[in-house]
Amino acid sequence: MSDVASFTGVSVRRGKATVLSEVNLTLPAGQIIGLLGPSGAGKSTIMRALVGVQSKVSGTVSVLGLPAGSASLATRVAYSTQASSVFDDLNVRQNLEFARTMIGAPAERVDAVLGEVGLTEYANQKVENLSGGQRNRVSLAIAMLGSPELLILDEPTVGLDPVLRAEIWAIFRQLANTGKTLLVSSHVMDEAERCDRLIFVRDGRVIANDTLANILLTTNSTSAENAFLALARKQVA
Amino acid sequence: MKSLKRTFAIAHRVLLTIRGDKRTVGLMFVVPSLLVGLFSWMFNNAAVFDKVGGRLVGLFPFVVMFLAASITTLKERRSGTLERFLTTPMRRGEFIGGYALAFTAMALVQTGITLGFAIYVCGFSTQDSVWLLYAAAVVNALCGMSLGLLASAFAQTEFQVIQFMPAFIFPQIILGGLFVPLDQMPDALHTVSDWLPLTHSLRALVNITDGLPLADVMHEVLIVAAVCAGCLLLGSLTLRKRTA
Repeated sequence: MSDVASFTGVSVRRGKATVLSEVNLTLPAGQIIGLLGPSGAGKSTIMRALVGVQSKVSGTVSVLGLPAGSASLATRVAYSTQASSVFDDLNVRQNLEFARTMIGAPAERVDAVLGEVGLTEYANQKVENLSGGQRNRVSLAIAMLGSPELLILDEPTVGLDPVLRAEIWAIFRQLANTGKTLLVSSHVMDEAERCDRLIFVRDGRVIANDTLANILLTTNSTSAENAFLALARKQVA
Repeated sequence: MKSLKRTFAIAHRVLLTIRGDKRTVGLMFVVPSLLVGLFSWMFNNAAVFDKVGGRLVGLFPFVVMFLAASITTLKERRSGTLERFLTTPMRRGEFIGGYALAFTAMALVQTGITLGFAIYVCGFSTQDSVWLLYAAAVVNALCGMSLGLLASAFAQTEFQVIQFMPAFIFPQIILGGLFVPLDQMPDALHTVSDWLPLTHSLRALVNITDGLPLADVMHEVLIVAAVCAGCLLLGSLTLRKRTA
């Protein structure tokens, strides 16, 4: 199986603080990769380094065989920031039409992604009048517009009730089934079991990078939460 | 071609956003006229009003555009939409171009309403062409817009942008020749005044209302246009793709 992205000895500094230190990672293709860890662990920084919007990155970040942030990656990688980065004062369709022009995606993709995220009937609603879950789906739809190979989604399910979260994870699974790679961050450990592979991040370091089954096995734990705790203790020790 | 398409899409989106906010539209289009009306009523003298009217028609759109442009761009920088779309093929020049286009359209309407109100309601009259005055007043509004776009780069919050009003806009108004003619100011202030963009955009308007030769008007307009271009260029340089 080929890798879509890799980090080699990547460190990031913000002012005097080191927010990522010596991260080595590979992201295998066609999987849902969960990026898990508490707030401030460095999840967003990893994602921002992948799309090339993070400054002061040392080491090598390569995506689809090119340096992160390369112009030709702009249509092959999609990124949704933590704030779900949609235009609240526009309706759903206007958001998608605008994004389509920016990405250069074909016109028919707008209706296609609206259907895939289940927002067809909300197309003419202003985003600010939508629920949190619908708003996140608008952001996801924008990421899907250009049929990118890699989707980088920062906390796409934050603050959602379990039913809505399950709906969004079902969309992720469909995307992975069509060969897309998804890197999804979350600070909720119970989302771990929905991922094909997990990356645990704590204090700017990767403390685990494996399947959930293997992580549970090596830490002798029964849940992702306990495994994380065990690994965090080992890190401190 | 694609670049042009994206620029127009950004302008279209900015206009949709502004149009969606009915109260802002109302304030943008009505308030400058009301303020001009207030001045006209206060002076209660056609000769005096004719002397300052041209500058007022340019001044209020200048202020309103500064605020509107700085707050909308700041919002975009803060909400994550700018960061997100900088990872698409969108270039920062297209972003600035789109904003400039949208606000130019707004400035044309706003200044048209203000000037129309001054002429038809307040009885303002100018020595020179009304269309020339209109063009110079629009340039004035665009100057406010480009200063606003640039200012948004130096603010973290809406509160800070509002503070730029007393910090950067009020001094320009005070020293712009509206209260004390430039040649009656102390030399030091006169020199400072000569370096402020608003001074030149207001002088362009006065030169028109006083019926001075076109060359005198164009001289000032070109200075203002250069400031606008410089601010937009600097503004686009502050839209960094990579941030901390």
